[in-house]
Amino acid sequence: MISIEGLSKYYTSKKNQIAAVDDLTLNIKEGEIFGVIGYSGAGKSTFLRLLNRLEEPSKGRIVIDQQEITALNSKRLRLARQEIGMVFQHFNLLWSRTVKDNIAFPLEIAGFSKAERDERVHELIELVGLSDREHAYPSQLSGGQKQRVGIARALANNPNVLLCDEATSALDPETTNAILDLLVNINEKLGLTIILITHEMHVIRKICNRVAVMENGKVVEQGDVLDVFLHPKQRVTKRFVEQVMGVDDEDDGVSHLIHTYDHGKILRLHFIGETTNQALISQVAKKFAIDINILQGKITQTQRGAYGTLFVQIEGENEEVNKAVTFISDETSVEVEVIRDAN
Amino acid sequence: MLTDLLSNLDINELVEATYETFYMTLMSLIGTVIFGILLGLLLYLTSREGIWKNKFLNMITAIIVNVFRAIPFIILILLLFPFTDFLIGTIRGPNAALPALIIGSAPFYARLVEIALKEVDKGVIEAAKAMGAKTRTIIFRVLLPESMPALVSGITVTAIALIGYTAMAGVIGAGGLGDYAYFFGFQRRDVDIVFVCTVIIVIIVFIFQFIGDFISNKLDKR
Ligand SMILES: Nc1ncnc2c1ncn2[C@@H]1O[C@H](COP(=O)(O)OP(=O)(O)OP(=O)(O)O)[C@@H](O)[C@H]1O
Ligand SMILES: [Mg+2]
Repeated sequence: MISIEGLSKYYTSKKNQIAAVDDLTLNIKEGEIFGVIGYSGAGKSTFLRLLNRLEEPSKGRIVIDQQEITALNSKRLRLARQEIGMVFQHFNLLWSRTVKDNIAFPLEIAGFSKAERDERVHELIELVGLSDREHAYPSQLSGGQKQRVGIARALANNPNVLLCDEATSALDPETTNAILDLLVNINEKLGLTIILITHEMHVIRKICNRVAVMENGKVVEQGDVLDVFLHPKQRVTKRFVEQVMGVDDEDDGVSHLIHTYDHGKILRLHFIGETTNQALISQVAKKFAIDINILQGKITQTQRGAYGTLFVQIEGENEEVNKAVTFISDETSVEVEVIRDAN
Repeated sequence: MLTDLLSNLDINELVEATYETFYMTLMSLIGTVIFGILLGLLLYLTSREGIWKNKFLNMITAIIVNVFRAIPFIILILLLFPFTDFLIGTIRGPNAALPALIIGSAPFYARLVEIALKEVDKGVIEAAKAMGAKTRTIIFRVLLPESMPALVSGITVTAIALIGYTAMAGVIGAGGLGDYAYFFGFQRRDVDIVFVCTVIIVIIVFIFQFIGDFISNKLDKR
């Protein structure tokens, strides 16, 4: 769907040359939500702006939907841009236009008639949930509402691709979640491909299928979100995972647990998505004559299911306890590790 | 007593002079706004961050603007006599004042336009580009509407400067309140005429300021 080969962008100042994006190669599949995460200055925005050539690439090739973006002349590029929606951190709405007219703007550019524009704008306002605000000016809207306008505007010309640069970074956590839900909703309903840039791992966790981690203009790690969460390889990636999962201070915690809970079996349960394990604890408690005591842990939800670890204490007859452990490790996707055997 | 004081005043002449002042101000304002916006756009678009980035063109425009802004208005009128004569066929009367008024104030307004355009959010321009907008669309649908309140307050400031210029032009025979005050008031020692003309000019300035502020506020939805 989108293939990027050897994409580079150099900025030259008097003294030196910096590679904001450095020989970047990526493939993005149709219909997926692809996240790009990195710290400030990693080159994320530059990368995104290269995709619709708001920034001219120094080197490399970009193909979107079989169309080689890097080979287009300026007229064809303008037409191609109409098929690529873009959502901005600071919304970038025209303050002089109402919600309705802001959303109609890309349609004006594409040359639709007034009647066609009105109809399409109506649909879009409905889609993003702004039905009663269509005659308001941007200054009369909250941040979340502004971003809804921004998203509606980006979708106006039925693009196949949506580029989002820190679309939620100016919003509070609750509004962020609402906007992310809207993006997932759009992705499912319209089947468009979304490339989403962020420096917040929980955004990736919540809505992305795949993720690329950027550092110094390069992609240093990429893969399924769950895999990256489970097995972060690079130091940056580990730090991003810690953003969501907290710092890995388990080792301390474990010895503390062993001391505090001096009887029964202590297990570490590792949830790694795929199957739904919500009912695991109650299921085990019902099936076997044991007591389960939850000690500590952290579980988070990704697009592919739960991910995280949980420490539990199991008490009961030895035989029953062993049966329960076998059940969890054999019948569910949860990995079990015995921290301390019953004594 | 009041009629006594204003005994030298011919009401018909005063109305005529006021009309001429309005006429000169409005006609030259129209010309100034057109040329000022064109020059201002040229300054903005050819600047370092502009869409038509062009060092040479930018420099030429800036030089023209600065030179004409530097020439004192009264001298500009004199310098433009041959040009005015050629264009209008006379160097007297309200119409003859227009070329000098426009050439004198368009560069000033151009700078105000440039400042107004620079205030337009870069992100909004970028958003328009990302939608596939042509430069023409960006100019007419983004740059001008988004800077409209500042453009209008610029027009107000320029209009008020123009009222002052028309009075100066009056001294070399352009007509209007300046002309009337100078030839009928000052030179004949009829101070009352000078006084009344001054009051009317002040009122005209107030009217322009009021209308300008009103429109500018109405347009501003920020
Ligand atoms: N127009 C420019 N001229 C020179 N250098 C630039 C320009 N734009 C970006 N850079 C440099 O390129 C690098 C990457 O910038 P970019 O804005 O892509 O980072 P980012 O990952 O989006 O950061 P942030 O999270 O802060 O938005 C930075 O070092 C920046 O200074
Ligand atoms: Mg950025």
